[in-house]
Amino acid sequence: MSTQGARHHGSVLRVGLPAVALIVMLGAIFTMQPRATSYFGLTVLLNFTLPAIFAAMAQMAVITVGDIDLGIGPFLSLVNCIAATLLAGHPLLGWLSLAALVGAYALMGALIHVRRLPSIVVTLGASFVWLGLALLVLPNPGGAPPSWLPALLSWKPPLLPLPVLASILLAICGELLLMHTSYGVVLRGIGGNPRAVAHTGWSLLAGRMVLYAVAGACGVVAGLALTGLNTAGDATVGTQYTLVSIAAVIVGGGEFVGGIVTPVGTVIGAWIMLLAGSLLSFLNISTDWQLSVQGGILIIVLGLRALNRWSGA
Amino acid sequence: MKLKKCLTGAAISAALPLVLAGAPAHAADVSTAQDGIALSNSYAGNSWRQQMLKMWSLASQQAVSGGVIAKTKVVNADNSAPQQASQIGDLTLEGWKAIVIDAASPTALNGVIQQACNAHIVVVVFDSLATAPCAYKVAYNYVDMGKMEADYVAGKLGGKGNVLEVRGIAGTSVDDDIHQGIVEGFAKYQDIKLVASVHGNWTQSIAQKEVAGILPTLPTVNAVVTQGGDGYGTYQAFKAAGRTTPLIIMGNRQDELALWKQLSSGSGGYPTFSLSSAPGVSSIAFWVAQQILAGAKVPKTVNVPLLVIQEQDLDAWLKAVPEGGVSTPLYSQQWTEDLIAANLSNAAPPASPIPNGVP
Repeated sequence: MSTQGARHHGSVLRVGLPAVALIVMLGAIFTMQPRATSYFGLTVLLNFTLPAIFAAMAQMAVITVGDIDLGIGPFLSLVNCIAATLLAGHPLLGWLSLAALVGAYALMGALIHVRRLPSIVVTLGASFVWLGLALLVLPNPGGAPPSWLPALLSWKPPLLPLPVLASILLAICGELLLMHTSYGVVLRGIGGNPRAVAHTGWSLLAGRMVLYAVAGACGVVAGLALTGLNTAGDATVGTQYTLVSIAAVIVGGGEFVGGIVTPVGTVIGAWIMLLAGSLLSFLNISTDWQLSVQGGILIIVLGLRALNRWSGA
Repeated sequence: MKLKKCLTGAAISAALPLVLAGAPAHAADVSTAQDGIALSNSYAGNSWRQQMLKMWSLASQQAVSGGVIAKTKVVNADNSAPQQASQIGDLTLEGWKAIVIDAASPTALNGVIQQACNAHIVVVVFDSLATAPCAYKVAYNYVDMGKMEADYVAGKLGGKGNVLEVRGIAGTSVDDDIHQGIVEGFAKYQDIKLVASVHGNWTQSIAQKEVAGILPTLPTVNAVVTQGGDGYGTYQAFKAAGRTTPLIIMGNRQDELALWKQLSSGSGGYPTFSLSSAPGVSSIAFWVAQQILAGAKVPKTVNVPLLVIQEQDLDAWLKAVPEGGVSTPLYSQQWTEDLIAANLSNAAPPASPIPNGVP
């Protein structure tokens, strides 16, 4: 009974802590910069959360099985380059190659499972493949996406700005699919207790491939969102998303051990990582501190969690 | 009655910008004393950028203390376009009147630049440009730089000889443009042969390594055309291989100027020249932004002359360049106004000022 209570307490804290942190950050930003509270202000402030939340969701799918994806940043660059070239010139070929990329992610999952390779090595290797392909598709920055893509990204839905709306929808979808379906339980089980899952007759291979395919699909959406915002292609544009996505999952309550992730927390984590930069800017603190602050947030979160586990034990 | 008065007032204020637009070309008569100009810089991790930032802060502090503008601010991105884009979004929210940008990517910031323009913010890009059509561009003509080098070398060699080309970072527009100028410049001279080209990445150590690697395969090299930051390394490679020192074009770095001084004090001297972009271009971009805010007529592209150092000015420049730094003047408001006027009338740009000592 008491352990169950502690576990429940832990899961509330898992999403609660980042949620409170986000509310405090937003409160501070809105007080310092009232302009950010308007519909236009929120859009400007949060535009770049769109690629980040999807990249974080892709990372979360991989972390669910206890793996880690070091190639998601360059993968976004590759999608960006394809979207700024093929997708505009030859839509069919463009969509086919994006679908092939999702397939490639599923195959990468299969490779990791079948050959029992460490994901950190395979995805790091893949990151160079993505970068190379991106440079092949678009050697110099440029190109243009099909016109519907920037139009979609500058769409102004009623009531809520697009980044807010998309974040809420993504968090709800992720929560429903991963936390409230029986297959979602199985998928998380692969990360937490693979032997038990295999024992009950579920295919570990299929599960990992599904999660990697989801990661690939989220990566494609993130890359398309980035292209819509930038309105052009660049083979190095996605690099920072590897770090941001991993940090978002962990700050949002996920753990590297596998099986312990939260989609809502991940979306909140992505917001926190991005708003940290804006907050520093509004506080007039030099941007040279930005990376240190992002790293600092990560360390504080992990530290608090360790403290919590220690006091709970 | 009152309403009518109001309407007339509104009509006058609506017509005011039109009147100003029709005023004489250089009428910069709107006060900018309440305005703020921010700098968004993509990368701060090399000596050129550090000096660029220093020149920005000198020019902007001068303007703030002189009451020309109210405030300034510098934000640096970590060579990441999405990060810089978010930062430009933040600056847009903070209500800066003008944002000056050294861009991480020629294309990836276009969306957010357009957003800033839509919010009636003046956007000026310089050094690493962005292609967004609404932004003012403060640009070097790097094709001309290649042509100047080619013409000088051809003249010195009497139109005949072997030339080695040391290039910059592959895939950048600066490298492509200089290379294009060099090829076009030499096309007139049948007997000048470009025997090889290597990528020195504007870094002395890399240039030295790359030139040393290719030298054993080359015949006599009479001249080396460079892009700046690579002349000193090239010389070291020739020296280590025991080859005679060819004519090397220098690139305004302190080590290159010191080397030139040392070589020219030997018997027979060492005739060459030195040219590069100047980090002080940030001060030009600052004043261009101020001039636009002040209502002056400014062309969408302001061409800036490269900083060329001839032998007679070598001593003066050596005194003005910090150890390990790049030569640059701090451009003044007046100089920038002259530059804009020259651009508007297609006249020759004003000569680069030579500072008395390290700025």
